[in-house]
Amino acid sequence: MKQLLACLMLLSVMLAIPNVHAKEAATMAADPVLEKRVMALAYELRCLVCQNQSLGGSQSEFAIDLRDEIRQQMTQGKSDKQVTDFMVERYGDFILFKPPVKSTTLALWIGPFALLAIGALVLFIHLKRRKRTLNTTPLSDEDHKRAEALLDNK
Amino acid sequence: MRHLKYLLPLAVFGVMVWFLGQGLYLNPREVPSPLVNKPAPVFNVADLHRPELQFASEQMKGKVWILNVWASWCRACRDEHPLFVELGRQGIVPIVGLNYKDQRGDALEWLRALGNPYVASAYDVDGRVGMDYGVYGVPETYVIDKQGVIRYKHTGPVTAQSLQTKVLALVKELQG
Repeated sequence: MKQLLACLMLLSVMLAIPNVHAKEAATMAADPVLEKRVMALAYELRCLVCQNQSLGGSQSEFAIDLRDEIRQQMTQGKSDKQVTDFMVERYGDFILFKPPVKSTTLALWIGPFALLAIGALVLFIHLKRRKRTLNTTPLSDEDHKRAEALLDNK
Repeated sequence: MRHLKYLLPLAVFGVMVWFLGQGLYLNPREVPSPLVNKPAPVFNVADLHRPELQFASEQMKGKVWILNVWASWCRACRDEHPLFVELGRQGIVPIVGLNYKDQRGDALEWLRALGNPYVASAYDVDGRVGMDYGVYGVPETYVIDKQGVIRYKHTGPVTAQSLQTKVLALVKELQG
């Protein structure tokens, strides 16, 4: 019983510590709904300093600054689109994890599908041609004998 | 001719390797700025040396100028600074310093110790101006033309070579 109590106490301490820490680490909007919107957008944007992280996931000063900027603009009533446009205007399309469909990114968007279609077409033609060859050239007597010999050997 | 067909996958593989190999030589930190060939964001912030005065970017209208974003906490700024000191001495082109997210005292001390090549120093204490210029890695250097349009952006420290071949070549061309 004593042990169980100790375990529970330890567990509660372990659970409590990260909570306290999280409160200290970052500024947050008072409104949880707004804060959720801020973070949702921050996870869609790339941190340019630590490029494999999002603005939401990074603790770099750059990411913190831009998160604050997003929060501030959203508090002023700007839409997600307006905030995203603000970022793209300054940092370019590269800040978006999802690149927009434009003439320069068309190959990126339809390239894989085009390759898949080409592959399917090649496979289709190949199979069709093979079927035709199999149907039109019957097995010669010699081939037949060879096949039988191979099977008998077993 | 039939044998060549079997070499096709190898050829495709070769092309792929070539492209991937080229990718290794690209610098992922060099992000093309959307601001190049756009009007430089106008700013009006306190002067670094005299806090009671303002520096307005409009002052530079009609001149080709260089905007150098730096901070005393930035190690790479120290590396490139002698090049700007030398350039400032030559007086070919006015260089404006944008002191980015810094302590005024530290910044002034830094300039005293390493030399001040700037015709004016703007004090961007909260990084607002930097954000408008899309600054993400200090130092950054911009070439702005007589009409106030950004013509070139260099991210990271300039080298003697990049300063000569890119920045100064463009400045001379713009000065006409």
